Formats: sequence, structure tokens, C-alpha cells
Amino acid sequence: MYHYDALDQAFVEQRVAEFRDQTHRFLAGSLSEEEFKALRLRNGLYIQRHAPMLRIAIPYGLLSSRQLRALAAITRRYDRGIGHFTTRQNLQLNWPKLPEVPDILAELAAVQMHAIQTSGNCVRNVTSDHLSGVAPDEIEDPRPYCELIRQWATLHPEFTYLPRKFKIAVSGSGEDRALIQAHDIGLRIRGGAGAPLGFEVWVGGGLGRQPILAQRVREFLPAEELFAYLEAVLRVYNRLGRRDNIHKARIKILVKSLGIERMRELIEQEWRSGREHSPRLTPEQLARVRAHFEPPPYETRPDIDPTCGREAPFLAWYRYNTRAHRVGGYRAVFVSLKAHGRNPGDITAGQMEAVADLAEELSFGEVRTTHDQNLVLADVPQSELYRLWLRLRELELATANIGMLTDMIACPGLDFCALANAGTLSVARAIQARFDDLDYLYDLGPIELKMSGCMNACGHHHIGHIGILGVDKHGEEWYQITLGGAGSGRATLGEVIGPSVPQAQVPATLERIVEVYRDARAEGEYFIDTVRRIGIEPFKERVYATDLAAA
Amino acid sequence: MRRILRQREWIIDRWRYPGEPASQTDELIVPLAELRAQPEQWLRHSGKLGVRLAPADDPEQLRADLPRLSLVAVEFPNFSDGRGFTQATVLRRLGFAGEIRAVGAGVKRDLLLLMARCGCDAFDLAEGEDPHSALQALGRYSVAYQKAEPLPAVERVRFGA
Repeated sequence: MYHYDALDQAFVEQRVAEFRDQTHRFLAGSLSEEEFKALRLRNGLYIQRHAPMLRIAIPYGLLSSRQLRALAAITRRYDRGIGHFTTRQNLQLNWPKLPEVPDILAELAAVQMHAIQTSGNCVRNVTSDHLSGVAPDEIEDPRPYCELIRQWATLHPEFTYLPRKFKIAVSGSGEDRALIQAHDIGLRIRGGAGAPLGFEVWVGGGLGRQPILAQRVREFLPAEELFAYLEAVLRVYNRLGRRDNIHKARIKILVKSLGIERMRELIEQEWRSGREHSPRLTPEQLARVRAHFEPPPYETRPDIDPTCGREAPFLAWYRYNTRAHRVGGYRAVFVSLKAHGRNPGDITAGQMEAVADLAEELSFGEVRTTHDQNLVLADVPQSELYRLWLRLRELELATANIGMLTDMIACPGLDFCALANAGTLSVARAIQARFDDLDYLYDLGPIELKMSGCMNACGHHHIGHIGILGVDKHGEEWYQITLGGAGSGRATLGEVIGPSVPQAQVPATLERIVEVYRDARAEGEYFIDTVRRIGIEPFKERVYATDLAAA
Repeated sequence: MRRILRQREWIIDRWRYPGEPASQTDELIVPLAELRAQPEQWLRHSGKLGVRLAPADDPEQLRADLPRLSLVAVEFPNFSDGRGFTQATVLRRLGFAGEIRAVGAGVKRDLLLLMARCGCDAFDLAEGEDPHSALQALGRYSVAYQKAEPLPAVERVRFGA
């Protein structure tokens, strides 16, 4: 993984000093609320329902064991011993105290971390494929490019006060696991195997109040033009993006109003005028960063069947929570943060430390966070899987539900977030309780359930196979259900099936939805494919056929 | 008497802003809209001439006028409207070598370094800002990730390019 050099280190330390000064000035009354807001957001600090919330950057979801231990120590000392992983692969603390935030940032800087640009109208944490570097279908490891983009975007003098937030994702594989069409800019690596490397560029995606999928603006961008092209897109956006209405300020609205053809013209024109003045991605620069992502020292190991003679729960875990690895004898392992009865994405300090130890012992000391709020140990020898499973099970991190209905995404919702209209965590618990039978879940097969507590869509509900959106109905928490969304593969936005349902009826509604699927599915057909084949009508009919309260 | 921070010095400003009384030989700033409305009148001005851009103005439109201009004022109205950063960047890209002055209520210490790195070399500080703190803020960082004066870019240090 990337290690800071003296320059990176000096930079984050100077950033902490700057924010310490700004916090002092705010607390002393010499910096206005509004101005401090702009500054603290760019350091990851929100003021929330109960307390400030600090969102710590985990660039493209990659952490070392040392960093994860530091996060554990921080949550113990400054919070309540618990952290929450987000759909941008970041970690949120829900109970820090404002005057202590500069100290937290200093502790982060000590382990080469920060909270820079995890909020505010600027380029946010760059996200990527959580199986980068190990996926068998990978064209090229996207992480060096992510790191280069991270550095380029960090306090970019021109693009730190944009009309609205700006999210970039990079995918380097055949299968897009980085949801690039849900991003302001999505980059898909193209070329390789002797051909020059470059990117397919997508622009104008975003969820939120008005979900729009990104459109392809360029089929092939040579890698050395990366920054010049990003600067062209951002310059067009910074100039022309709307600033009069926060709900119309994302680049997706600009793309929609101009049309992709006009947007392309403007970007290409700006690119041609500005490229000489923009930084080029040089081979030296790329080589320097790439060297940080060299494969770890894998041993030569035979491919084995680790399930041989093992008990059924291990078999299920192996099947659902591990993935193929491009190197023989290894597997990538999901650490499920979706134990039934816990908040999706939550992790205790003790669990963080234990995972850090396991990573050190079994996976070259690295841990990844995923956009669906789990962790990945990417490089585990197959021969160690059983031992790992036993340990994860003790830690309640081995729920064998990855990709299943209860591996759901949920934002923090009304319990923490000042923007939320409705709770998500209690609904998640109720769903987990209703669908607690793993065998039933396996029978249902892969279903992506994504839930947001408001239309800002942090829980990505639009691109869930089943999406749940919390709405406020005369002071009560109700939930609107969408079906047929997908973020990867053929990206699609879900369709609303009908009127929202009260909180208590969400699990019963889901039950009816999956019943329709069970009745209608062809042999081996996945939920999403059935929805695509039969449309939402049959689901709608069943859900609203009789009173849900009786169900 | 107005003082501004120019190239790290706290100096008395001789420029006349739009609406301020000015003689034919004074250094004079006019809004772009006025320059466009009556170009002959303003371009005949015998003193030095400057233009003030509103946040929505496109600096490319000034391309032909730049040789005649000694100053372009770029507006930063608050801590959220960042169009001025792009305007300053584009002006320098067009080869403008005169003064780019940051004006407006957002010209405060916390944003000065970003402004400077986009090409602003003079700052008409917002009310209540003191030049000493502003200078300190300009010196807060020793490196930047982008090619941007007045700081050394990390790439230059890393590769000596």
C-alpha cells in the first residue's frame, strides 16, 4: 500500500495545525459559524443530531493493521468504542467532541491518515474495487491511479470550493465493483496486455434526490492525460454548475441540462486549451506510486479444497464469504459486518484490533473496506481459512451472508444523522430478525438490499435490487420501496413499487416481495433477473393485495 | 485610504474601484459589464486600467483586452462560491502577467493560499482581517500536491522536474 514520504507527512501535519487554529478561532468566537462550517466540512467534521460526526478518510478503502489499530484506539479514547463504515469506504465516528477533533486528526496523521475532503463541496474520497490487485478478472490494479488522484485532488487550489460534492471512482476489472456509473466521474481502466493503458471516462452520475446514472463521455483517455482531463471536467463544472440551488448543484444536473453531447464538447475544448498547463501523469510518477502496490510476497501454494471434511457452517461461510484469488493457494475473505442484531457497518474497537491482528497474521497486514460496509482480508492462504473462520466466528464477524439479503447497506439514519427523515437501524434489525434463517437466505440467492434514511441516498437505495427509502409522513417514519436497481453489471435505477409503508410493515413487505420471486423464478434465476424479466407489477400486486398489518 | 496585501507587502492602494471618484489619469477598475457596454470610453482612459470580474463572468472573454489591462479583480463573495479560483487560473493560462486581485467578503486568511496558488498576487482583505494573520496563513504549508506557486509542488521535489 502507499506509504507517505516526508512531503506527504509534512502536508498532513500542516493541515492538522491549520485546523487546530481554525477550531480555536471558532471556539473563541472569531470565526463565524458559516465560515467554520466550510472549513470543518473539508476536514470531515459534521455537526449532527447528538454530537459532531467525524468522517475519516480511508483512501480507496485500504488500511494497514497499524492504521486499523490506531482507529480502534481513537474510537476508544475519543468516542464510544465503536465506528461505522460508510458506502464511500470511510469510517465515521458519531460521538467526538469538537475541541478534541484536532487531536484526533493529529493521531490520524501519526499513522499517515487524515479526514481531508471527506465532506464539503470538493473532491471526496476516491473509491475503488475492494478486490483490487487480487481479482482474477483485473486488467490493471486501479489503486496507483486512485492514490495519484487522491494527491492531485488534495487541496487542489482550483477545485476545493465547487458547487457541490464531487465523487470519483476507478475500476480496473472486467466486472465493475466500484459502481462507476453512480459517480460524478467514473473511470474504467482500458487497454493493458501490451496495449497502452487508459481510461473510459463516465461523467454525471450521482444518487441523492435526483438519481442519474453517469454517461460515457470518452471511450479512451490515454493515462498520461488523466489529470488534464479531470481538470477539464472540473473546470467546466466549477464554472457552469449551478450554485443557486443546492439540489441542482451536482454535475449530473449540468450534464442533464446541457446534454452529454454539449458537455463532451465543452470538456474536450477545455481539455485542449488547458492540457499544456495541467500536470501530465509521467511514467516516473506512475512508477513511483506503483511500486507501493507491488504484490505482497506470496508463497507458492497449491490450490486445495479447504472445505474437505469440515462442518456445514464453514462450508457456507467459504461459499458466501470468500472469493477467488488470482494467485493459486489464496482466497479473498469478507469479514461480515452484517451480523444479525447489529447495525450494518458497525465495528467495535475490540473487533478492529482483532481484525488488525488477523490481517497481520494471515493477510500481509492489510485490510480493505468495501462500499457495502464490510471488510476484506484479500490475501489469505487457503490452508488458513478454517482457522480464520474459527477466529472470526468468535468475534461475530463470520455471518455467512455476503451478497445475501441481510448483507444490507444502511446509512446511520435518524438515530444519528441530522438530515435523516426516518430510522434505518431499527428497520435493519427487524429485517435481520425476520430473515434470520440462513438457509432461507441462501435459497433466495444474491439480493442487494440498500437502505437510506433520507433522499440524500447515502445508503445507495436507488441501486439496490431492493431499495428502501425512509420518508417522513406527518412526523411518522414510513418507507418507500424500489425494485430492480443495480450498481454493478448493468447499472439501473430502481422503480418505486407504490405507496410507502409504515416502519412495522417493512419486513412483511419484503417477505411478500421475495415470495413473488420464489413463485416466479426460473431454475437458477437470480432475484434481479426475475425482476427484470417480469417487471414490478406482480410485486406491486402482491405487496398491496391485502392489508400488510395482518401479515 | 485602502491598504491591500500585494506580493506579501501591506501597501497603500492607489487603484480606484467602480463608483469611486477617479480622474482620467488614475488607476481605475471597471466592471466587465461596463467595459463591454462602453468599450471606447474605458479603453481611452489614459491611466492604468483594470477590470473586475463578477463570479459568473468567463475570463476567456477578456482574452483580447488583456494586453491593455494592468489588473483583473476576481471576486470571492464568501466561503462557498469558488468560481474565482477558476477565473484566476484561466487568466494566468491566457498569459496575463498583471495583477490579479482577490476582492470580496471571502478574502480571508483561510482561503488566501488557495487564491495565491491559482494566480492571485494581491488581496483586498475582507473587513476585520489583519495583514499579519493573512501573511502567516500564506506561509502555513511548505508543499502542495499541485504545480502551484508560491509553494514547491511535491512532484518537483520528488523528481526534480
